[in-house]
Amino acid sequence: MKKILSSDTVRLLIPALSLTILLISVFYLQPRAMSYVGLNLLFNLAVPIALATIAQMLIMTVNDLDLSMGTFVSFVACITATFLQATPLIGVLMLAAAIATYAVLGVLIHVRNLPSIVVTLGMSFVWGGLAVLILPAPGGEAPGWVRAVMVSRPPFVPMAILACAIIAVVSHLLIMRSSFGVILRGVGGNARSVERAGWSILKARAATYALAAFFAILSGISLVGLTTSADANIALRYTLLSIAGVVLGGGEFTGGRVSPIGAVIGALTLTLAGSFLSFLRISPDWQIGAQGAILIVVLALRLLLNRLENRGKRP
Amino acid sequence: MTTAPLPHAVIEVADVKISFGAVKALDGVTLRIVPGECVGLVGHNGAGKSTVVNIINGALSPQEGTIACAGERVPRYGIAAARANGVRCVFQELSLCPNLTVIENTRIMHGTLKGWGWRRRAARIIGSKLDEIFPGHGIDPTDTVSDLSIAQRQMVEIATAFSQVAQPVKLVILDEPTSSLDATLATQLLGYVRSFVTAGGSVIFISHILSEILSTSDRIVVMKDGKVVTERPAVEFDEHSLVAAMGSVVKGHDREKRAEGAAGRTPLLSRPSLHGKGLPFEVFPGEIVGLAGLGGHGQTDMLIDLYLGHTSNWLRRREAEVAFVAGDRTLNGVFPLWNILKNLTIADLAGLSRKGIVNETAEADLGHAWKERIDIRTQDLDNPILSLSGGNQQKVLFARALATPAPAVLMDDPMRGVDIGTKQEVYAILRAEADKGRAFVWYSTEMDEVCLCDRVYVFNNGVIVAELKGDAVTEKNVLAASFTGIAA
Amino acid sequence: MKPLVLLSRKPWIWSFVAAFIVWSATILFTGGASTIGLSQAALTFAAFSILVGIGQMFVITLGPGNIDLCVPATMTLAGTIALKFMQVDDSLILPGLFIAIAIGVAVGIGNYALIRLLQIPPIIATLSMSFIVQSTAIWTNRGLRIKPPETLASFTTETTAGIPNVALVALTLSVCAFALLHLTVYGRWISAIGQNIRAARMAGIPVDGARFVTYVLCSVLAAICGYLLASFSGGAALNMGSEYLLMSIAVVVIGGTAVAGGNSNVPGIWGASLFMFLVVSMLNTYGAGAGIRLIMTGLIIIAVIVVAGGRNPHQR
Repeated sequence: MKKILSSDTVRLLIPALSLTILLISVFYLQPRAMSYVGLNLLFNLAVPIALATIAQMLIMTVNDLDLSMGTFVSFVACITATFLQATPLIGVLMLAAAIATYAVLGVLIHVRNLPSIVVTLGMSFVWGGLAVLILPAPGGEAPGWVRAVMVSRPPFVPMAILACAIIAVVSHLLIMRSSFGVILRGVGGNARSVERAGWSILKARAATYALAAFFAILSGISLVGLTTSADANIALRYTLLSIAGVVLGGGEFTGGRVSPIGAVIGALTLTLAGSFLSFLRISPDWQIGAQGAILIVVLALRLLLNRLENRGKRP
Repeated sequence: MTTAPLPHAVIEVADVKISFGAVKALDGVTLRIVPGECVGLVGHNGAGKSTVVNIINGALSPQEGTIACAGERVPRYGIAAARANGVRCVFQELSLCPNLTVIENTRIMHGTLKGWGWRRRAARIIGSKLDEIFPGHGIDPTDTVSDLSIAQRQMVEIATAFSQVAQPVKLVILDEPTSSLDATLATQLLGYVRSFVTAGGSVIFISHILSEILSTSDRIVVMKDGKVVTERPAVEFDEHSLVAAMGSVVKGHDREKRAEGAAGRTPLLSRPSLHGKGLPFEVFPGEIVGLAGLGGHGQTDMLIDLYLGHTSNWLRRREAEVAFVAGDRTLNGVFPLWNILKNLTIADLAGLSRKGIVNETAEADLGHAWKERIDIRTQDLDNPILSLSGGNQQKVLFARALATPAPAVLMDDPMRGVDIGTKQEVYAILRAEADKGRAFVWYSTEMDEVCLCDRVYVFNNGVIVAELKGDAVTEKNVLAASFTGIAA
Repeated sequence: MKPLVLLSRKPWIWSFVAAFIVWSATILFTGGASTIGLSQAALTFAAFSILVGIGQMFVITLGPGNIDLCVPATMTLAGTIALKFMQVDDSLILPGLFIAIAIGVAVGIGNYALIRLLQIPPIIATLSMSFIVQSTAIWTNRGLRIKPPETLASFTTETTAGIPNVALVALTLSVCAFALLHLTVYGRWISAIGQNIRAARMAGIPVDGARFVTYVLCSVLAAICGYLLASFSGGAALNMGSEYLLMSIAVVVIGGTAVAGGNSNVPGIWGASLFMFLVVSMLNTYGAGAGIRLIMTGLIIIAVIVVAGGRNPHQR
């Protein structure tokens, strides 16, 4: 059997390649972007999107899907701009309760064998409602420390890029390298044999959901750090963006095949696509459309590569 | 039994009974495995081998009978208890997580591999075990399982089962371990099994390749119809006596076989030989063609290929060319939410509708005609399909296929788990339909059914290795062809 | 008693019972003053959810994983382009409708082409498609708000014999959908595919053809809904479809259609759509804010799915 690259490497190759091409085009069109400030501006909003994408990826690791990601991040943003800023203790307790709620959802979905899509769909109404209750009109204020972290200017590397790198490395260590992450991915890959080896699928699913909630909370907090205020609809697009980011980054809907580094790259690509079009002087009308087109092109490329790979594998 | 009882058996199952619905899977099985022996387990499909395996590895709990480990009875025997007592299993279907690397799969199978440096430890454990069993295996423990060939996956699975992390490995169950290994690898494995046994371990070895069983086992247990029929030291068997011990006793069919020459006639369906290996396949109007050989050697695949090749995925054809009777009812047969009538008529809606509208009167008439003809035991065809017994559900699937005008009917081991009375009724209907000119392609794992066919193709490793006609269709010939074809 | 017992076994009856209870509670609170107004408003707004809900129901019937996320974008695009084409001209009302339907057909073909050619799950295919369709809508719209033709606008806002015209349109299409599901070969096919796609293929059903038609049908219904909604609200807005993404799925689930596929339910969609609107207006009457309304909606959806159970037990 001839083997050039492992399937994991191939999975990372396409997203990395598309990001590089996009980045080069942006630099070509707008050389001034090739600076500390320029890069920071380009990737500023990528941090919360990357965190939400990691959260969605965790849910997808166990073959589920979270349609409430956008409203949940908005909900967290509202808490951050109000309770976490004014009365930090209560704010932290509320966020802890949110994590517990996610774990309970994981248990509910597993025990009753429910479709995650419908349950999280219902939850998206609940989170949205809570967000409106907390912050009926746009406003609030970012806690000082969050703001300080998000606008800090570390030497050499802009904060946005540094943060994305940290997110990628930490989640990679947690999901791809740790002995705990192996179990989560095993549940996605072949739940039956994981169960046969004596693990509890129920606990694994609850842990996955709680961990996803944790990353989504980080996403909401960092978003408020950037925007300084919040509103109940601030992150509604994150549901679709996070799914698209995971898929762009080489993740798949079933089989526990995910890649945290790829997911971060996918989020960066989606963020950059908007800037790229504006540098091309294409009307911002097509921004969303371009994201869709990129998604389709990347998926088509992946299909092509998979075909080639399979052909090479057959005797 | 015949072996001298030793003080402590690794595991001892006594008088175990288990049944699924009406089917008795195990009917009082007693099995005793002592340290330092390899027990060969043989029998036809459905004889109960896999059920015994599942009892020993804790996945199934027997309805009656006891299980004892090291001389002590274990009342709540389950997966955890089995693992704690050093029982490991290599399953027939691959049970690795395809998305994980070899190292990570080792971690899943061994819960104690964690903390700093678990990857290094896991790599060392699995790597050294692979080196020990399959020298020169060429597997990198950091490879993802989905990148490995089937044989390599099987090797990893075997090595994982034999590798020792926390608890000592006392008994390893190998369920058809050589099915995807080539001859060299199989020899390596069998050699390792012998050294493992010599060192005091125990192995339960299941294989359809009788020479392997004879050369590797110390003792051979033959199962049939959920019972142990023979249990003797391996040296007392040879291939013939083993086949004879497995063979079914039911005999005596009195049907005239058609053995007309095929010359000059056009076949209804045909398939050339695969990659130039094996024999081509063809079927002519009015004959019943059997597909035989050991289970899972390409018979079902060929039936599905034939079916998909003659039906369209996009448009409905007015005249169906083929119809299909499923063997695995839940997987590709029954529509569980529907009543009996809708399940019966779904394949023939073309004949029951005009301009896309279903004619419900015609549908009901057709349903009642078939209810009478094939004797579906129900008060009302409006009852849910799942209210029927398995055998009657199967009759509905037969009626579904026979109600179509298709000249060829493909049957994928449709009699699995059907009682003998129903079988006889269906055989008669098949014969009557064949006499009217319909052709049947019948894959069966039961020898008496294969012997009912006019012509039989014997499969091995995905290709047809033999064709038997007319009076040559006998149990002995079919069995001989299934086992000897491996070298080809 | 027998008819009552039979009725209580129908899964859709509960959404009607719930809708009726909420309706009565609201009427009682207002002392009966708003009976006609509330009923007409409920029928009008429910009609739009019903139209998209029926389309989504056909798709969900195809089995687990089948969901059309492109519904809101299709609504927006169809509404925008149709209004732009008609240019407030009464004589172009019918051609405008055909244009809306043509957009629906095109989006449906695009959706299934992606599903089939890229071999990706319907969710991600329709999601990618929705990005492109939404962008096209933004590009055509350019922030202008074109009014609908006079006759069309009054048709969508007026009533016939006390019943809103849009509700009558929804009723007509619901009857067609009901007939399609229960009388035709196609209805049998999609139900079979949703129950067991392998068995469906092995029973000779043209699986790809049936699924393709279903996705086109869903997009066409979304397009018609967009056309009517844009006319009703006096012009197409870019976010006019957004609330129908979750709503179209919610009414299908609450209406008693099996999320696992194979068993669909047209009357239930009526009950669920009326119920969803009436809950909102009841909470409004009681003075509850938007937050409470959303939370209630979400909890109702989760309660229904938990009670109704998940996938068929035979599927794992």
